[in-house]
Amino acid sequence: MSHLPDGAAAPRPVPALSDLFLAFLGIAMSGFGGVLPWARRMLVERRGWLTGPEFTDILGLCQFLPGPNIINVSIAVGSRFHGLRGALAAISGLIGGPVALMCAAGALYARFGAQPMVRSIFAGVAAAAAGLVVAMAIKMAWPLFRERPLEAVPVALVGFVTVGLLRWPLAWVLPPLLAAGMVIAWWRSR
Amino acid sequence: MEAGVLFVLARHFALLSLLAFGGGNTVLPEMHRQAVDVSGWLTDQQFADLFAIAQAAPGPNILIVTLIGWQVAGLVGALVATAAICAPACTLTYIVAHLWDRFRDRPWRRVVQLGLAPVTVGIVGAGAFIVAATVDKSPVAVLLTLGTVAVSLWGRLNPLWVLVLGGVLGAAGWV
Repeated sequence: MSHLPDGAAAPRPVPALSDLFLAFLGIAMSGFGGVLPWARRMLVERRGWLTGPEFTDILGLCQFLPGPNIINVSIAVGSRFHGLRGALAAISGLIGGPVALMCAAGALYARFGAQPMVRSIFAGVAAAAAGLVVAMAIKMAWPLFRERPLEAVPVALVGFVTVGLLRWPLAWVLPPLLAAGMVIAWWRSR
Repeated sequence: MEAGVLFVLARHFALLSLLAFGGGNTVLPEMHRQAVDVSGWLTDQQFADLFAIAQAAPGPNILIVTLIGWQVAGLVGALVATAAICAPACTLTYIVAHLWDRFRDRPWRRVVQLGLAPVTVGIVGAGAFIVAATVDKSPVAVLLTLGTVAVSLWGRLNPLWVLVLGGVLGAAGWV
């Protein structure tokens, strides 16, 4: 990686395929409990491949499309620089290391998961881990419910009740609920 | 038999890939429904364990599908499940990424994003409820969950330390 002078006019570096692979590997392996903040740090602040607004725009696209956001980010960033090969290099880096780790963890769990000691450890770890998703839901809900309570709360509540309490399939709930959310947003924004 | 299971895994996670609006945690409830209630691949307890591993390990949390695949059909199952959750969404992103800049200033883009947000909140909340209801069987477990919530919202500490604390308390037999 080259050192940029302080001016904004300097040409921005274009990563090689191996740079893309290594950068996304680094993002994945440092991303304990949430990968997106690390992606920004690596791509914008450390490597300078994207400006802040460019990153925000790519993230906006990836949040709009289905699929895990960070995986979509790797595809969008990789393909921006090197097309299909870039996309494949970036996603291989992002999921290669973690998938190997998960396979090892899965094998250990399949072998020892039923032992009493492992069971008691997991009872504690899983209870704490549940809080990560609870906190994420609160963090997402809080600003939304404060800014737009009238349109956001009913839609979120229907999603919570049908999927969380009634356990309806997501494929039934999501299309009509997304449509309703967008119609309400359109109607309110006129 | 084996091929049948792999086909079901692939079909299920490929569908979820395209339903994961708003990120990987949106499909947590549906994974639970399919793996525990519909297919009987996992018990409630096993699902909660795999969820904890995926949260604690580095990398995208969606890789709980790799663990589910491994439990169902070993290494091949893990790879099939991982490929299935990635491929459809990635293909779509690859195609749309090139077109996206053109729509930068269109008003419907903002309407779509405004409409998406509350749906995501409701369904991520549902996933949080399902997981918490599975694991919080004792007062200490409830306290651990609340501890992670508090640290995530207000603390400077990395919440993973609460997971470590949970493991220690669990090993001591207190959860």
